[in-house]
Amino acid sequence: MADLHFELVTPERLVRSDDVYMVVVPGSEGEFGVLAGHAPFMSTLRNGDIAIYRTAGAEPERIPVEGGFAEVSDRGLTVLAERAEVPA
Amino acid sequence: MASLKTLKGRIASVKSTQKITKAMKMVAAAKLRRAQQAAEAGRPYAERMEAVMASLASKVVVGPQSPKLIAGTGAEQTHLLVVCTSDRGLAGAFNTNIVRAARKKADDLIREGKTVHFYLVGRKGRAVIGRLFPKQIVHQHDTGAIKQVRFADAQEIAEDLTQRYEAGQFDVAHLFYAHFRSALVQDPVSQQIIPVSMPESSGAVASGVEAAVEYEPEEEDILAALLPRNVAVQIFRALLENAASEQGSRMAAMDNATRNAGDMINRLTIQYNRTRQAAITTELVEIISGAEAL
Repeated sequence: MADLHFELVTPERLVRSDDVYMVVVPGSEGEFGVLAGHAPFMSTLRNGDIAIYRTAGAEPERIPVEGGFAEVSDRGLTVLAERAEVPA
Repeated sequence: MASLKTLKGRIASVKSTQKITKAMKMVAAAKLRRAQQAAEAGRPYAERMEAVMASLASKVVVGPQSPKLIAGTGAEQTHLLVVCTSDRGLAGAFNTNIVRAARKKADDLIREGKTVHFYLVGRKGRAVIGRLFPKQIVHQHDTGAIKQVRFADAQEIAEDLTQRYEAGQFDVAHLFYAHFRSALVQDPVSQQIIPVSMPESSGAVASGVEAAVEYEPEEEDILAALLPRNVAVQIFRALLENAASEQGSRMAAMDNATRNAGDMINRLTIQYNRTRQAAITTELVEIISGAEAL
């Protein structure tokens, strides 16, 4: 199965642009996981952690985000967050 | 004719001015690089935001029940001009150009019988606008403490603006800033930010692929959540562009100043040497004619 193209963007910079296996996003009406080939979808975010699974079954990388929205299109998943705290 | 001593003094003073302008140019160049990077880093977000707004706009019918930020207040009597300038001077025509653009717009609006208010961001616009429209400045936002523009700064301004809008203090807001084209060229631009002017939905957006997008929550709710954020994004972009433009403009201005100072030093040095030579010649003539008289 092809990888999911994932981008995390804040107003200040492009935080992540990677091909990953799965991303779990904290949507305002519940968390949702996005795999490659997901149907077009858009949701606003609530404050919480984005979990990025690089490969199936791998330990997820967590990035806390605040505010914004996520868009799934045929190009992949784009998360536009107002703030993202990336561990240095 | 100036004496040798005063000429020497002037050369020294121009030289020290040149040192300062040269240093300022160097500092501006270094800051420009940082500001430019920040402006470029902010672009992906603004672009995607625009794309999402466009695709939402093509689906939501704007009516009286829509959020005020998109539908407008139903009037366009009071205009608010948000003028972004820098906090420091010595940046060539940077602030002058922005203020001039705002002034032109204000004059046009006043001629049409509208009420105009100013909302100033940055310190340098105050002098001119305060003199021309002394009673129309509603607020001055102080950016003096900001070194590197953060999104939170833009958000603060956006929130203040939205509150004033909801309170009915104005009907239309225009944003003025300098668009950064290159280190040498910056154009003052004006942009309407409230109510949001919807980007024309292009053909690709209205195609069948996009139409199948599922929304959670509903389109209207997402739009309502996005609108205030969009104002913040626009302001943030303006602040970033402004920061880059300011440094670019200052760099060019200081480069000019350094070169002018160099020219002046050359001129003064020539004058100094001529004066010195003239003094020597006069002295020689005096000695020789004195010797001949004996």
